[in-house]
Amino acid sequence: MLNGIDDEEKWLAEGIAGIQHNAFYMHQALDSNNLREALKYSAQMLSELRTSKLSPHKYYELYMRAFDELRKLEMFFKEDSKHGVSVIDLYELVQHAGNILPRLYLLCTVGSVYIKSKEAPAKEVLKDLVEMCRGVQHPIRGLFLRSYLAQISRDKLPDIGSEYEGDADTVMDAVEFVLQNFTEMNKLWVQMQHQGPGRFREKQEKERSELRDLVGKNLHVLSQIEGVDLGIYKETVLTRVLEQVVNCKDDLAQYYLMDCIIQVFPDEYHLQTLETLLGACPQLQPTVDVKTVLSRLMDRLSNYAASSEDVLPEFLQVEAFTKLSNAIGKVIEAQVDMPAVGAITLYVSLLTFTLCVHPDRLDYVDQVLGACVKKLYNIPKLEDSRAMKQVVALLSAPLEKYNDIVTALTLSNYPRVMDHLDNGTNKVMAMVIIQSIMKNNTFISTAHKVEVLFELIKGLIKDKDGADVDELDEEDFKDEQNSVARLIHMLYNDEPEEMLKIICIVRKHTMAGGPKRLPFTVPSLVFSALRLVWRLQGQEGDIVGEEVPATPKKIFQLLTQIIEALSAVPSPELALRLYLQCAEAANGCDLELVAYEFFTQAFVLYEEEIADSKAQVTAIHLIIGTLQRMNVFGVENRDTMTHKTTGYSARLLKKPDQCRAVYACSHLFWVDDQDGIKDGERVLLCLKRALRIANAAQQMANVARGSSGPVILFVEILNKYLYFFEKGNQQITGAAIQDLIELINTEMQSDSATPDTASDAFLASTLRYIQFQKQKGGVMGEKFEAIKF
Amino acid sequence: MVLVLAIGDLHIPHRAPDLPPKFKSMLVPGKIQHIICTGNLCIKEVHDYFKSLCPDLHITRGEYDEDYRYPENKTLTIGQFKLGICHGHQVIPWGDLDSLAMLQRQLDVDILVTGHTHQFKAYKHEGGVVINPGSATGAYSSFTYDVNPSFVLMDIDGLRVVVYVYELIDGEVKVDKIDFKKTPTTRSAH
Repeated sequence: MLNGIDDEEKWLAEGIAGIQHNAFYMHQALDSNNLREALKYSAQMLSELRTSKLSPHKYYELYMRAFDELRKLEMFFKEDSKHGVSVIDLYELVQHAGNILPRLYLLCTVGSVYIKSKEAPAKEVLKDLVEMCRGVQHPIRGLFLRSYLAQISRDKLPDIGSEYEGDADTVMDAVEFVLQNFTEMNKLWVQMQHQGPGRFREKQEKERSELRDLVGKNLHVLSQIEGVDLGIYKETVLTRVLEQVVNCKDDLAQYYLMDCIIQVFPDEYHLQTLETLLGACPQLQPTVDVKTVLSRLMDRLSNYAASSEDVLPEFLQVEAFTKLSNAIGKVIEAQVDMPAVGAITLYVSLLTFTLCVHPDRLDYVDQVLGACVKKLYNIPKLEDSRAMKQVVALLSAPLEKYNDIVTALTLSNYPRVMDHLDNGTNKVMAMVIIQSIMKNNTFISTAHKVEVLFELIKGLIKDKDGADVDELDEEDFKDEQNSVARLIHMLYNDEPEEMLKIICIVRKHTMAGGPKRLPFTVPSLVFSALRLVWRLQGQEGDIVGEEVPATPKKIFQLLTQIIEALSAVPSPELALRLYLQCAEAANGCDLELVAYEFFTQAFVLYEEEIADSKAQVTAIHLIIGTLQRMNVFGVENRDTMTHKTTGYSARLLKKPDQCRAVYACSHLFWVDDQDGIKDGERVLLCLKRALRIANAAQQMANVARGSSGPVILFVEILNKYLYFFEKGNQQITGAAIQDLIELINTEMQSDSATPDTASDAFLASTLRYIQFQKQKGGVMGEKFEAIKF
Repeated sequence: MVLVLAIGDLHIPHRAPDLPPKFKSMLVPGKIQHIICTGNLCIKEVHDYFKSLCPDLHITRGEYDEDYRYPENKTLTIGQFKLGICHGHQVIPWGDLDSLAMLQRQLDVDILVTGHTHQFKAYKHEGGVVINPGSATGAYSSFTYDVNPSFVLMDIDGLRVVVYVYELIDGEVKVDKIDFKKTPTTRSAH
């Protein structure tokens, strides 16, 4: 192979040398106005172009050298004063050149001068030249010769407004000339593939490719001819070009030329000739990448539509969408072996076009999706990842365009397309949908739409048959479920009946999610329902409707069932918190029995399921805090609850925890608002119990560690004494507080005391507080005077 | 001038999908020196988001937080001020200012930042200042029906702290400010 390249270099060098050599003598002849000699040497020079040894790339280099020299010759030809021969005679003279190739180059060169002289109509000369060039049938040589003809004739076409237009010369003649040259060039180009042995096929393809612009140039020229209006384009240009494209039956040429037509001629023309253009597609060779051709056409048309609003009616008038849609259908039908990714890419292009040109025609959009579904129907599950990516692109396009998932939800074929994705990609798409909702802050406001939405994201909501949740990466799974949890808050309607329907649908779907998903989805659903309860709280009476109206009671029934599901996980701590939230909400609705039931559930969980001591401490504080705010309980029920609660508090594992929980319980007997319970005695009982526990803690510390225990507990209890003292609990006297302060001081100063800056600081700040209250004067000041230290 | 963001009770994803967009556009990395978070984020994503705003992040545990390792309460010193953080579900009665004052005495801090009720409060008492930044997402709360999203920005400058509260009311961000000064002789802020 290397040898071959070396040889080519050698031949090229020889060729160039030959040209230079003859050019030198040609220049001498030109300088001395010697026409005969000039012709002789130029013919010799042009003989170098007769070589068959060079590849197109190298031939081009040789050709360019010759081209440059021919310009000088042309200048000489023009000056008939210099050589004394008329251009008509010159035209005759050059035909005596020995070999046909030099002869024709010279003829073209003279032809250029001839046309310029206007001694004959341009069309006559052009016709003659384009016919004569048939004499060279060698592909490469012929192509370059005709390319030369095209180059020199470019500015001499009888276009409208050009100097070469006349009665005999019209734009049609110009068109005819270019078309003929184009047709012949294409034939030569196609012929190249039949040359040479098969093993050089790849090299040949590459070489052919290098020459394609020579052929395509003609189309450029056609597009530049002013006189070619839509009519001429439609009747003559497109018809003839397509004829050649289809008839040449060469896939390389067909692909290139179709694309060339699309890129070179105005979009307006394409719209008006859409049927013709599309009609050619099924006639192309099956190996032609027609989907790329169609995609590029649709892209151009999309951009055209985007450029100006005035253009849009035209699209409707020519029924662009229908034609494109049908054409694509035909192509897919015809090319049975087209892989899935090819078909889907086509639909993606069509959808992009539709969204760009007809965004308001949701029926069109749905149609495209439907066509894609039909194609996918024959493929049970797509295996190809590229095809998958295209399906995702197909589904994402409407989301991005409409910025509003609600519109996408109305497309009936949307979920059907999603069904064809594999599990992994389906979930990716579901996440894309959720993110689109979150990003655009869209609210989904009807039960029906929620149902459709959940159908779309069902891959995230529950396990597909056979799929193994354990296989999923934990982080990814968490992300997914948190996204679903967040999504639930975007499902909202002001109207309570509709909102309740929405909650029921969400419940139906999330309950099927299994124990792994419930801890994520249940809280969101619960709080969404509790929000609805808040809204209904104020409303009186029944709402008129066919079904049972939305009432807090009904919602609480739902809530009980929803939270119960957490036992399957199990998630007792979460369930306890949610039960307490519901109890508070029931309190707000004045539903004593419902609230009682929720508390019962919470207590049961506490007793039976929450064993971890830290968790117990938090749980008991939540219970105390919630219970303290309950005002719906009658005396008996309240007593039962507080009794249980103080009991749990006293039975916590660690003494300090016990102490704190018990003194927290003191607040259960004192509620600050006007109707609230204010049982001073029981408050004091709690505080005294807390003191006993603190004492016990001290003794234990002495025994177990030989040092004093947490003095700070006493300071905390002291603060509680002060709290109730201030609130007016008669059972708490100044003397009692004084005693407590003394006790603390004793403990702190005892031999076994370990220095504890926290306790010291707390005591100091507490004493400062007492001092501050004393100095307040008035009622408070008097009260605090009772405390002496 | 030291800027401290006090924020909490977002309850993402249990009660709210995300921070309000208007808040998100205001909270830009690099402007804030410290973040104090009362708890109930609830997920790691929110933690990471705060971390991206400011690396000096202090969080205490709310009862719904995913991460169990956040402390029950925390104290830190910024400039001349001692600050304490506690979510507040541990202080009974919930939202009771006198009980919170007790916690403040116990932690021995000038400023106590606490949450749980989702109601903005800036309360001055003998022992110092109690600040509740409210809920940054306006999350559901049994304390109040309509929760406006809110957060607090404290500007600590010497012995003075200016508390800016940002509230989202009817789609507009409203700002209010309260001044607190600490006298150097007494240990508490007035």
